[in-house]
Amino acid sequence: MAKVLMKGNEAIGEAAVLAGCRYYFGYPITPQSELPAYLSKRLPQVDGIFVQAESEVSAINMVYGAGSAGARVMTSSSSPGISLKQEGISYIAGAEVPCLIVNVVRGGPGLGNIAPAQSDYWQATRGGGHGDYRTIVLAPNSVQEMADMTIEGFELADKFRNPVLLLSDGVLGQMMEPVDLPEPKDYDVNSKKWALGYTGKDKAERNLCSSIFLDVDELEEHNWHLYQKYQVISDLFSKGEFKDFAVEEHLCDDAEIILVGYGIISRILKTVVEKCRKRGIKAGLVRPKVLWPFPTAVMQRLAEKTANFLVVEMSCGQMVEDVKLAVNGKKPVYFFGRTGGTIPSDFEILNEVDKIVRPD
Amino acid sequence: MKQVFKRPESLSKTPFHYCPGCDHGVIHRLVAEAIDELEVKDRAIGVAPVGCSVFAYDYFDFDFNQAAHGRAPAVATGIKRTRPDGIVFTYQGDGDLAAIGTAEIIHAANRGENITVIFVNNAIYGMTGGQMAPTSLIGMKTQTSPYGRDAATAGHPIKMCEMIATLESPVYVTRVTINNPANLMKAKKAIHNAFKLQKEGKGFSFVEVVAICPTNWGKKPADSHKWLTENMLPVFPLGTFKDTTGVEKA
Repeated sequence: MAKVLMKGNEAIGEAAVLAGCRYYFGYPITPQSELPAYLSKRLPQVDGIFVQAESEVSAINMVYGAGSAGARVMTSSSSPGISLKQEGISYIAGAEVPCLIVNVVRGGPGLGNIAPAQSDYWQATRGGGHGDYRTIVLAPNSVQEMADMTIEGFELADKFRNPVLLLSDGVLGQMMEPVDLPEPKDYDVNSKKWALGYTGKDKAERNLCSSIFLDVDELEEHNWHLYQKYQVISDLFSKGEFKDFAVEEHLCDDAEIILVGYGIISRILKTVVEKCRKRGIKAGLVRPKVLWPFPTAVMQRLAEKTANFLVVEMSCGQMVEDVKLAVNGKKPVYFFGRTGGTIPSDFEILNEVDKIVRPD
Repeated sequence: MKQVFKRPESLSKTPFHYCPGCDHGVIHRLVAEAIDELEVKDRAIGVAPVGCSVFAYDYFDFDFNQAAHGRAPAVATGIKRTRPDGIVFTYQGDGDLAAIGTAEIIHAANRGENITVIFVNNAIYGMTGGQMAPTSLIGMKTQTSPYGRDAATAGHPIKMCEMIATLESPVYVTRVTINNPANLMKAKKAIHNAFKLQKEGKGFSFVEVVAICPTNWGKKPADSHKWLTENMLPVFPLGTFKDTTGVEKA
């Protein structure tokens, strides 16, 4: 297929359709509104269902219902709306229902503003709602990856019967870039034999979709079952089939300082790395493309060689905690952040690098 | 010998956990009978609420989802849109449907989702231990209204049928009770009608069952039904508030 010029939010919508998603439930919020607008037009063209719900709470529960009935289903929102969805995400994780949730992150806390931010990292990577659970968190840094990770997100969700969160931001959602879209995939709503209303001959006596385990022994068993699933996912991302998908390393082999950033920040960091190299500073870049499971093993390996880490985020410092956990005190981990919707410039970051590498 | 009474196919063999005298068991049975009569058990999908009937899925012998408090109509929307051939219903109490889930029920009704809602209104929160509900009567003493519900600070009982009947989309909105055999038969007919309309693809159907909660009312079952008749029915009058297809006359 020829490349098409699209906004990030629209690329997610088209990629979802190509991935066989035919169900979208959402509620308007800036800066993700192009996505529901796109799908409200596109889904009816492919016999899909678009419902504008009465709230984010209802939208995520519609996702729970559709997912439990076997649909390839998604919702999207931005930070305050994602907070409202957390109840439903917890139920969906507990009941092991696959779905894709897109967060086009904006500034917080509270109503904050509509400018791009990365301040939902903790919420995204720690489960977000109540209880012992995880969501797989993907972090694109281009419109192309918005599309690719949407498609991969549906596959991962189905593979592990787990919600997948696409953590984007206002820049990626709004900017336009050329995208190479793949061929459409077919998805059969009747392909999951555990789903409610499944009509295949191999159906169990009846199917139940629930997150309640009133007996303490049963809930403990269920929670350990979930934990073991999360361990399997972690292993696949650290040493298994998704290893290369999980992280991008750039000029790290001889680096004296490694810059760490995800999403839109990683593109600024790439420029910083180039400028450092021109000035004789051996800088490298690590970009986690998957935020949970975090690429801990990669950080551990690099901590053996490099002298310093500088984590840059559009927050007061959230992912930096995961980097520190991985580096485990072996090397200094510095942080530079801008928050409230401000995007750091390459110049500012270069200054921080100078302070670390050339303290005089 | 001809068997004249048996467990409906749609009910599982699990014994009910409900308190002695509770109406839930009978209402479950009426739902199961309707599903059997309409021959839709193989495509029935229930959505259980949070509250005393949280384990409804244990008592029905078909597919079930267990939803968060108040969210059953949204979950049912997702299921029905995915499985349009499914016979999808929610079974909710007054705290679930008329307090925390007010937005979900009003908007599912307003969209005209082709689902059936069974709303059991016993004017109190049962599972959490008898707190004031949005449908508690004025002056009613509960765990959280120990001096009686005061309209000045806690408002008046919400009348869900009357509210939902103001919307254009719902096709059938009715209020029944099971306080005596005659009313029980009317309730059975209403629940049957509601599922029949869904089977025919007619749209949103809503059956409110005014019910008792002997445990949290602190009354014996027989006294509870007497109290219901004397106190609840004047506030929640029985009758059909909307029947756009004329199903009751058919």
